[in-house]
Amino acid sequence: MLAESLFFSAVLFTIGVVGVLTRRNAIIVFMCVELMLNAVNLTFVAFAQVYGAAGQVFVFFVMTVAAAEAAVGLAIIIALFRHRQTVDLSNINLLKG
Amino acid sequence: MSNDGLPLIYVFHFYLFGIIAVASALAFVTRKSPVAAVLWLVNTMFSLAAMYVLLDAHFIGAIQVLVYAGAIMVVFLFVIMLLNLGDASSEGDARGMGWKLAAGLVGLALLAQVFALTRVRVPEALALPHNALADEVAATGAIAPIAGPLFREYLLAFEMTSVLLLAAVVGAVVLGKRRERTHAR
Repeated sequence: MLAESLFFSAVLFTIGVVGVLTRRNAIIVFMCVELMLNAVNLTFVAFAQVYGAAGQVFVFFVMTVAAAEAAVGLAIIIALFRHRQTVDLSNINLLKG
Repeated sequence: MSNDGLPLIYVFHFYLFGIIAVASALAFVTRKSPVAAVLWLVNTMFSLAAMYVLLDAHFIGAIQVLVYAGAIMVVFLFVIMLLNLGDASSEGDARGMGWKLAAGLVGLALLAQVFALTRVRVPEALALPHNALADEVAATGAIAPIAGPLFREYLLAFEMTSVLLLAAVVGAVVLGKRRERTHAR
């Protein structure tokens, strides 16, 4: 099922990228990143079935990094909301040239 | 890999969960309300967990349900409700039509690139014997095939994740702490 897994993974990853590009709610953009991580995890698991279980270990690490990233990212969003009273990314343009 | 020797019911379930995952992901990206978006994403993650189980990664499937669908998504939902963002206000809107078209084009280009990548030939010698992982799971249980490499080859990386998690916890507390008016520095 390697080819099918790669197909679904590519589609999910692309949906995540398009979501990051089109949405302006910071939390939804953040969840799109999680979707992209999940798509890559599917690739890892599919390759692990054919080329050895080390791929599943990498999924384990990706999940750890995703958990850490969710904790820190949501803390940043909360701090941002306290500062600006919004999570609309079009209003948060301090670093925009 | 072709589908030789796989039962039809297996292939059917794999496609079923894959299509559910993709459809839920599409619904997730297009929902205006953040709460509905989170619930659709949870649905995607459950379908992915089912696909992991079908790909002989039972432990990863369980972790997916527990950590991703259970913990991470609940934290997202918690933050949405904490900040009172549940209503579908203008914040949920996508950008204008030109932006949507541009993002769609970028998405199509990316999809083409990723599909080109999937056609890369991996040397056949790298592949394990047919159904090797399934046989190992049947012989030693679902956790042993992961636990072995995790605590041997990748022990250092495993220990480093504890440092990473500690840094994330400290960072989240520092970022989330309410700033006092008096600068006590």
